Amino acid sequence: MNEQTLREPAPRNASIPNDNVIVAENLNIMFDTNDHPISALQDVNLNVQRGDFISLIGPSGCGKTTLLRAIADLTPVTSGHLRVNGMSPHTAREARAYGYVFQAPVLLPWRTVLRNVTLPLEIAGMAKSDRIACARENLALVGLKDFSMKFPWQLSGGMQQRVSIARALSFKPSLLLMDEPFGALDEITRDSLNVHLHDLWRRTGMTTIFVTHSIPEAVFLSTRIVVMSARPGRILRVIESDLPMPRSLGIRDTAAFTALAHDLREALRDGHSYD
Amino acid sequence: MTRIFPLATVMLALIIVWYAGAYVLNAPQAINLMDPDGPHNFWAVVQAAWNMDRPVLPTPGQIATNLAASIFGNPLFSPRNFLLQTAYTAETAVTGLAGGVVLGIFLAIGIVHSRVLDRSLMPWVITSQTIPILAIAPMVVVALGNIGLTGLVPKAAIVGYLSFFPVTVGMVKGLRSPDAMQMDLMRTYNTKKMSLFVKLRWPVAMAFLFPSLRVAASLSVTGAIVAELPTGAQVGLGARLLAGSYYGQTMMMWGALVLASLLALALIGMVRLGEFWLCQQRGGRL
Amino acid sequence: MNGMALGTMACTTACILGLLARLLIGTSWALPLALLALAASIWASVRLARQNDRLSMIASPVIFGLTILWAWEMLVVGLHVPFILLPPPSAIALALVTHFGELANDFDQTVLHAVLAGYAIGCGGGFLIALAIDRSLFLQRGLTPLANMISAMPIIGIAPIAIEWFGFDWPSKAAVVVLMTIFPMLVNTRAGLQQTNPMEQDLMRSYGAGYIHTLIKLRLPAALPMIFNALKLNTTLAMIGAIVAEFFGTPTRGMGFRISVEAARMNLDIVWATIAIAALAGSSSFALIGWAERRITSWHPSFHTRSLS
Ligand SMILES: Nc1ncnc2c1ncn2[C@@H]1O[C@H](COP(=O)(O)OP(=O)(O)OP(=O)(O)O)[C@@H](O)[C@H]1O
Ligand SMILES: [Mg+2]
Repeated sequence: MNEQTLREPAPRNASIPNDNVIVAENLNIMFDTNDHPISALQDVNLNVQRGDFISLIGPSGCGKTTLLRAIADLTPVTSGHLRVNGMSPHTAREARAYGYVFQAPVLLPWRTVLRNVTLPLEIAGMAKSDRIACARENLALVGLKDFSMKFPWQLSGGMQQRVSIARALSFKPSLLLMDEPFGALDEITRDSLNVHLHDLWRRTGMTTIFVTHSIPEAVFLSTRIVVMSARPGRILRVIESDLPMPRSLGIRDTAAFTALAHDLREALRDGHSYD
Repeated sequence: MTRIFPLATVMLALIIVWYAGAYVLNAPQAINLMDPDGPHNFWAVVQAAWNMDRPVLPTPGQIATNLAASIFGNPLFSPRNFLLQTAYTAETAVTGLAGGVVLGIFLAIGIVHSRVLDRSLMPWVITSQTIPILAIAPMVVVALGNIGLTGLVPKAAIVGYLSFFPVTVGMVKGLRSPDAMQMDLMRTYNTKKMSLFVKLRWPVAMAFLFPSLRVAASLSVTGAIVAELPTGAQVGLGARLLAGSYYGQTMMMWGALVLASLLALALIGMVRLGEFWLCQQRGGRL
Repeated sequence: MNGMALGTMACTTACILGLLARLLIGTSWALPLALLALAASIWASVRLARQNDRLSMIASPVIFGLTILWAWEMLVVGLHVPFILLPPPSAIALALVTHFGELANDFDQTVLHAVLAGYAIGCGGGFLIALAIDRSLFLQRGLTPLANMISAMPIIGIAPIAIEWFGFDWPSKAAVVVLMTIFPMLVNTRAGLQQTNPMEQDLMRSYGAGYIHTLIKLRLPAALPMIFNALKLNTTLAMIGAIVAEFFGTPTRGMGFRISVEAARMNLDIVWATIAIAALAGSSSFALIGWAERRITSWHPSFHTRSLS
């Protein structure tokens, strides 16, 4: 199996070495539980370049969230090498290098939608008028301009998740980490949010790491898809997606899309073998 | 309507039972006191039983009349005016409550932020809830009296001591109630302790603060009354209760009891008002 | 060396230094020794607070408590604080021994008679009323808000009236305790009986279980945690009720009587001794009920999540 753990292919913009946003080498993460330690990630090697849209896909419990949390300095690394923007994850977090979208919206119920979006800006110490302008802009970006004075529970699940995306975008991070952001939504909402996200990514050029369980979603959004194996989590394959840009939902009916999805399904099936 | 109607019915039943009880309990004495030449029919006995000077059980109407007489029949600053006595008790209760709440909140903040305080102090805070704290009231009054502190201070100290426990316990729980996801979110913003407190811990804890405040408000009136007992029964509703007890003045005791209850309900009402206001600020949810 | 061993060492050092300081009080040695002992014990609690094992979890508050007691003793004796302001713990311990007979007599009057009788009747009564109104939504809606309101009032004020009705001896105190405990029990039992969800009730219905069966097999067990909450809350309320009621008049025995009389006579050591007994009685009955709760409701899901967190 270990031979299959791929060292990333040569970066596309090799001329600019600083373009490595995330570098993971022989990354291992173990959890201490009451009986025996659990190995969540084993020998993970990954290289993410500026402007990439990476999807992480794999069976439940394979360590996708763990990898994302390690990049965000929410979970400590047990051994190996991990750099974010050339810094340690801790320094990167202190420099507010990334926006994180959790699986649930995690909106603070006592704040209006607008004030939820301004929260990170308040903490960063931005002036009031600036942060309100900034929040309004980002709410407009996710199509929630008219809901800024509502409270979170007055919004549907999909709208709440859009607010949390607007919040993650509010301080214009160069790196966006998303953990199954659309997991709990219906198919149609999900489609429209996928289109939204794709346009956003195209416009801003933000490096994005996106965890999902959905094959079409991964293929539709990504430049590269990282397939992980069941526990202990390892990188099984990295599938390049060279579907033309910009993409629209219609692309899902093309032969190229179907072929990629098929490829991905095969890779996933390998990862699922519990031997 | 489905809420008010049952409550109103039960209240009405309570008042009827009260009047009936007043008749049953007072009638034997009332008959003894009645003019032997007057009419002795049932209605006359009822009238007498409901209008005794020193009844075993006064009727609600009697208590109300008596209170009205005390409040409107005396100058405002006469010690015989129950309103003045209530004001004394309210002053003690509110001063002590304010002190206790501030102390309780600071203690909770300390416990939440310091592992040492959490491990060593918190078990004692919990244990002291199981101790009949009010029992120390006479001692506090005597001890503080000995170093020259008399009047409001020792009484407010007792009330403060009594009301800070529920606040501390509630706020420790509240300040710890942000869930793991919310904490992670704040961590991704590289939030410092101070911001974390202002933006997350404190607002989350509000849902716990108000129930604690209600308990503390109710305790503060009890505390104020008990604190007034050992001061040689000078001022306040507690003193009225004690004096009524000494001189067998039933109406005085009932009047003090009713006003103390109203005071407690008023304080709780004020807490509710604050809760309602904050709720409005947050769009209808706390 | 690990934190545990360091903590124990610091603790032992603190004990020895503390003892020495107490013996040498009045000499110039006392102050530096006392400061050293204080530093050592604070350091010990800080060390132990960082440990996560059971022993440290217990040791940390115990050391904290002992440090407070010892500092109290040193301050009161060393600074010549007047006895009538604050007696030293040693004097309180002495009073516990020399006045044992008297104090035991008070305990019998207040706790074994007034509190026990009032608590049993109050808790039992509140429980039975809650059961009795279980089938009438109307009575529940009428009585529950009323009970809630009354439990927020200063019921203790009823004490002088209870004395008029039931006399000076313990029954009047028990009556106050009954009134103080009955409403919290009523409110909590009602809340507890409403804990089961419709799905569980449907399950019972699918077994063809009647009202009584559903009550005994499902709803009462589900209500137990709330009932235990009321039992715990009521121990404190009962002690307060009985002691404070005695401030209004009592035969010449009882803990409340002792406290008010000896406080007026400036015998603060006896007052503190009585308070220590009350504290011990209060917290040990609390602990007893807590133990019973763990034995009886250990299966309950609410208990699991609580013990985990
Ligand atoms: N805090 C923790 N303590 C112990 N074990 C953990 C912890 N967090 C995760 N794990 C373990 O690590 C493994 C990977 O978990 P992770 O949450 O990263 O999976 P995932 O790929 O995100 O799964 P899913 O798709 O279901 O969200 C799991 O087997 C889990 O048991
Ligand atoms: Mg996950």
